[in-house]
Amino acid sequence: MQKNEVKKPNESMVSRMVRHQMFIPVLALVILAVFNLVTDPSFFKITVGQNSSGNMVLQGFLISILNDGSELAILAIGMTLVTAASGGQDISVGAAVAIAGSVLLRILGGGNSRPEELAAPIIVAFLVSCLVAMLFGAFNGVLVAYFKIQPMIATLILYTAGRSIAAWINNNELPVITDPSLGYYGGYIPGVPIPTPFFIAALCVAIIFLVLKFTNLGLYTQSVGINENSAKLNGLNPQVIKVITYVIMGLCVAVVGLIKVSRIQTINYSTIAKDIEMDAILAVALGGNALSGGKFNMAASIFGAYVIQFLTSTLYKFKVSSDALPAYKAVVVIVLVVISAPTVKEWFGKMTKKFKVKEVA
Amino acid sequence: MSNNKTKASGGIFEKFNNLTDTNLLLTITVVIFFLMYIGAIIFQGGGFLKPQGFFNLLNANAALIVLACGLSIVMITGGIDISVGGVTALVSMCCAVYLDYKGGNVFVSVLVALAIGLAFGAFQGLLVAYLDIQPFIVTLAGMFFARGMTTIVNTKPFNVANEAFTKLKMTRVIIPGMGSANRKGEYIDAYVEIGVIVAILVVIALFCLLRWTKLGRSLYAVGGNRQSALMLGINVKRTRFLSHVLCGLLAGIGGYVYFLHVGSGSPSHALGAEMDAIASSIIGGTMLTGGVGNIAGTFFGVMSLGTIQNIVSQAGLGEAWWIGITRALMLCLFLVIQSIVMVRKKKS
Repeated sequence: MQKNEVKKPNESMVSRMVRHQMFIPVLALVILAVFNLVTDPSFFKITVGQNSSGNMVLQGFLISILNDGSELAILAIGMTLVTAASGGQDISVGAAVAIAGSVLLRILGGGNSRPEELAAPIIVAFLVSCLVAMLFGAFNGVLVAYFKIQPMIATLILYTAGRSIAAWINNNELPVITDPSLGYYGGYIPGVPIPTPFFIAALCVAIIFLVLKFTNLGLYTQSVGINENSAKLNGLNPQVIKVITYVIMGLCVAVVGLIKVSRIQTINYSTIAKDIEMDAILAVALGGNALSGGKFNMAASIFGAYVIQFLTSTLYKFKVSSDALPAYKAVVVIVLVVISAPTVKEWFGKMTKKFKVKEVA
Repeated sequence: MSNNKTKASGGIFEKFNNLTDTNLLLTITVVIFFLMYIGAIIFQGGGFLKPQGFFNLLNANAALIVLACGLSIVMITGGIDISVGGVTALVSMCCAVYLDYKGGNVFVSVLVALAIGLAFGAFQGLLVAYLDIQPFIVTLAGMFFARGMTTIVNTKPFNVANEAFTKLKMTRVIIPGMGSANRKGEYIDAYVEIGVIVAILVVIALFCLLRWTKLGRSLYAVGGNRQSALMLGINVKRTRFLSHVLCGLLAGIGGYVYFLHVGSGSPSHALGAEMDAIASSIIGGTMLTGGVGNIAGTFFGVMSLGTIQNIVSQAGLGEAWWIGITRALMLCLFLVIQSIVMVRKKKS
């Protein structure tokens, strides 16, 4: 669709820019930024203030966007890979985050819902939750790769069961961890003015870029997504690669589970990471990646995630209630997809050509 | 669609192989549903013994049947519509507000419901079919929009106190000869709600539409292979558009049936109904890849999901999470069966 990057010599700069994959997300960001600048310039103000635990931290809407967008950015990484390799989306991530968070709390609390102290080091609990989330990811992956079930339907199973499983793991109790060290991952490390989730997201992004640069993961997932049969003829094992992408998705889910649980030091099975799968899929689509798989642009997806968070924060700022938020989001999404639809682009192309012909005449 | 009816039918296995994909999956679903229900009657008894138990299953799931039928149509065409749950909530809320605050009449409220459904269907169909945008994204936006609009219309859940509507809601259709005696020994007639009649009419109408009309056959053709459908002279764009319009209309009808069942408007109505509807369609043998599916199967899919829920709650596994887990297990089971059967068939 947007991959038409063959540069014609007589093509103007503008039309090349319009065709670029990053055009839509950047355009959306610019429009949002200008809109905020016009209505209320204080949107961009960053101040240093004291937070509830007495640390000096940076405050402001931009900081909160970077903070709150972390989870989405991390999930967008996994979602991009899953989309590219299997040509479908994982809709179970919200439920899987609930499972990962539940496992984390279960181990930290040691079966006690109001533990005085941590029953296990956080790193151990995190590693176990990683393992569990990766297992569930592998389950999705096996259904998709070996049983040839469409990804959306295969992950519908975990979507239906996930939150129930999460409640089951903790016997439907909501463990509250009072130990402040758990709060570092979703809040601030004492003495550091920047929220920790931002560092975690940055770390994840850095890792995935290094992986994409120094391994063949990107090449393999794309070739499996573009044409599974020819990938097979070239000696790749499409099934294994698909499962790997789902396992990576599981890893991302575990990281998000840690951040989410750390933010509130407890869990709510029915609301934790609710609808986050939809936002993550949107981030991938907004980044101009084809949802039918194949080529992908990781940077665009991650950028798309932050644009969505920017939009959410802007709407919250205008006192839109969190329940009514989806309606506005939907309008923006529709406008974006209509602009980027190939037919509409073609039509625009014709119009600009006509315009140019008139100009010359 | 491998339809090799030319083969001489020999043993049972041969016949099994001669079934079309659609009929094969339908057979599996129907057999499993009856096994499950009969198993429940034998081992659990209780509510399953009385015919009213079955009718209550219908009463509770009438709206889902209609929604799932709509989804089956879109899925047969190779698309997806995840906005139906949101549309259901929006329809309930709009009708509730209209009937309660404005004291409007029931007939107009039905029209309101249909109009909302049609509007969603037509707009989404337009974007999907003519602008060639992925149906998942379009209907995702539709779902967001419907859910958001529901809270914008009214944030708090409330019951409708409209006389004519309450009368319609309380209307019971008596099924003769199916009643049973209650504990005091009084004879109580078996009944179904109006919504069930609507749902059954919808199922019959769509069954005929898919089987015997030109549009119905085009839906299968477009879902099976868009390219060859185009070469057959089918207007692919229009067919896809119509599938979404139909699904939207059915979401409107389903929304009203739901509203009739619960009699209130609330932003949290029908949460996750789209996923239930998709799951029912799949259990009923519709494949998301398109071209395979059957409305009768969808009906049994909804009933299977409802039955398993009843079995779990009757078995005393009171904790809410068991329902989620067993439903997922069932979906998993069906998907694996379907996948294995399809792979086997392709090889033979």
